[in-house]
Amino acid sequence: MSDVIKASGLVKRYGTVTALDGLDLVVPGGTVLGLLGPNGAGKTTAVRILTTLLEPDSGTAEVAGIDVRSDPGAVRERIGLSGQNAAVDEYLTGFENLDMVGRLYKLGRGPARERSRQLLEIFSLSDDGDRPVKGYSGGMRRRLDLAAALVAEPAVLFLDEPTSGLDPRSRTDLWGVIRTLVREGTTLLLTTQYLEEADQLADDIVVIDHGRMIAHGTSDELKAQVGGERLELVVGTTSDIQPARSVLADVAAGEVVVDEDGRRLTAPISGGADALMTALRRLDADHVRVLDVGLRRPTLDDVFLTLTGHAAEASDTDSEADGSAKRDDDGRAKKRRTKEPVQ
Amino acid sequence: MSNLRWAFADGAVIAKRNLIKIKRVPDLLVFTTISPIMFVLLFAYVFGGSISPPGVNYREFLIAGIFAQTVIFGATFTGAGLADDMQKGVIDRFRSLPMSRSAVLVGRTASDIVYNMISITVMSLTGLIVGWRIRTSLPEAVGGFLLLLFFAYAFSWVMAYVGMLVSSPEVVSNASFIVVFPITFVANTFVPSDNLPPVLRAIAEWNPVSAVAQGARELFGNTSPAAPPPEVWSLQHPVLYTLIWVAIILAVFVPLSVRQYKRAASR
Ligand SMILES: Nc1ncnc2c1ncn2[C@@H]1O[C@H](COP(=O)(O)OP(=O)(O)O)[C@@H](O)[C@H]1O
Ligand SMILES: [Mg+2]
Repeated sequence: MSDVIKASGLVKRYGTVTALDGLDLVVPGGTVLGLLGPNGAGKTTAVRILTTLLEPDSGTAEVAGIDVRSDPGAVRERIGLSGQNAAVDEYLTGFENLDMVGRLYKLGRGPARERSRQLLEIFSLSDDGDRPVKGYSGGMRRRLDLAAALVAEPAVLFLDEPTSGLDPRSRTDLWGVIRTLVREGTTLLLTTQYLEEADQLADDIVVIDHGRMIAHGTSDELKAQVGGERLELVVGTTSDIQPARSVLADVAAGEVVVDEDGRRLTAPISGGADALMTALRRLDADHVRVLDVGLRRPTLDDVFLTLTGHAAEASDTDSEADGSAKRDDDGRAKKRRTKEPVQ
Repeated sequence: MSNLRWAFADGAVIAKRNLIKIKRVPDLLVFTTISPIMFVLLFAYVFGGSISPPGVNYREFLIAGIFAQTVIFGATFTGAGLADDMQKGVIDRFRSLPMSRSAVLVGRTASDIVYNMISITVMSLTGLIVGWRIRTSLPEAVGGFLLLLFFAYAFSWVMAYVGMLVSSPEVVSNASFIVVFPITFVANTFVPSDNLPPVLRAIAEWNPVSAVAQGARELFGNTSPAAPPPEVWSLQHPVLYTLIWVAIILAVFVPLSVRQYKRAASR
């Protein structure tokens, strides 16, 4: 299938900050690309360029075969965008919001109304469709915003952190809706800070940091790139961390990652259960108190850790300009980990 | 041609959206109508006794000035509304849609005319109660209201530009206070400019707000033959002078605002 989104060498600077530093992206028709990166990595900037909201300093981008710079109007006719913050009008009802978008897409009065009702139904908002959005929950607003992006049944869809700020339940619901869309052939570019989300939804994942691609592949490929299973260990006291680390270093096939706060140590190993037994015997001999121990398959979290040396923080706060600074401080110093393991 | 048609159709959709807000946020309407009523009453009863322009009842003199100040303040809503849309990402949504690039601004400024019409109506009624009268013909009176609305419309494009530049409704409100108070007070809105110190007097005489107020006064028949005739061209031809300003403001700020809209980068 032909490539529906193509970008090469995108560069965007804000003063001294380089938001994008030569980013290349390719999304074949009917597939989902997950653009994964921590706060401040440049995800929103990339989406804004591809949706004609922002001009890159250099580089080219094509959406549905149309150059975003030379014919932005034609691109807008073919895309749907749900930005990082739910851009819905508080004072309009859910229905009025969708109807307005439908009219602006030139659907005509009748079809716009019909489509709005249909979308409210799909997103389980029918009961609240005639209430002003002011009274909606965060999850409802998000759904309405996504519905607005779908009014004109666009062939290409951009979702910028569609589930940020949602509770786990709403998140899973939204994933279901997105999966249905994709099954119907929509090409989707999705950004996320949630490793689990990319794993769940994307065919192909591009990991970015500081505006540059640092890894690319399917979820499985990325995991393979980072090595085999992980041995994870929780020790009893802070003083156990040092001896445990030296034991793991001998057994491990790669770098040992330590989470001081959680007294948790993680290391890639190649020998499976044998390696685990060896490690346990030596820990016992060194009188290290072990609270919890296990083997697990590598997660995208590990991918990030291995590739960048810091964890991708899945924060629920809106990503703001302080992203990069924050990352360097506690990311590198403490190697803090996200708590949700990838299934 | 069809581009222009779409610009109007899109503008109408946006205007409708803004007008729904009048219904849903009555506080806004209360605020826009209460403050002019308050101004009319305060000036009429507090200053009314001590200020007496030659040959004319102060309350009659005053009303057109308050009309002018109020509709100019009305432009703040244009700016604050757009800033709010910028901040909430609504402008980003509009910019990602295949719609006319000027429609959001055209629709917003158009719907704000309705706000101004509502507040002018309320003020007129209050004025009539405190003794203001229209002493000319209906067409002239309509001309007076149109003059106020034209100028307010032009000024709302200035605030539209400011709103998109700063993208914070609070900053727009504060900034407009700082700008609108001086330009509406250093004028002949509340007191005749004749008695001002020379520099302020020159500013007041050439201030378009003075021309708006003076033009409206003439069209409502609130000037008196007993009053000394204005010495400067701007106040001798207040209607023409106002319309020239309207044309200049629109010629500068419509393209400027549309350009700002296109490049608007909300954070
Ligand atoms: N309008 C802007 N002005 C200045 N800097 C910006 C602006 N938008 C983004 N940035 C900076 O560009 C970098 C990338 O931002 P962004 O694309 O929003 O990242 P992400 O969406 O991955 O969190 C960040 O360092 C951010 O501070
Ligand atoms: Mg972002």
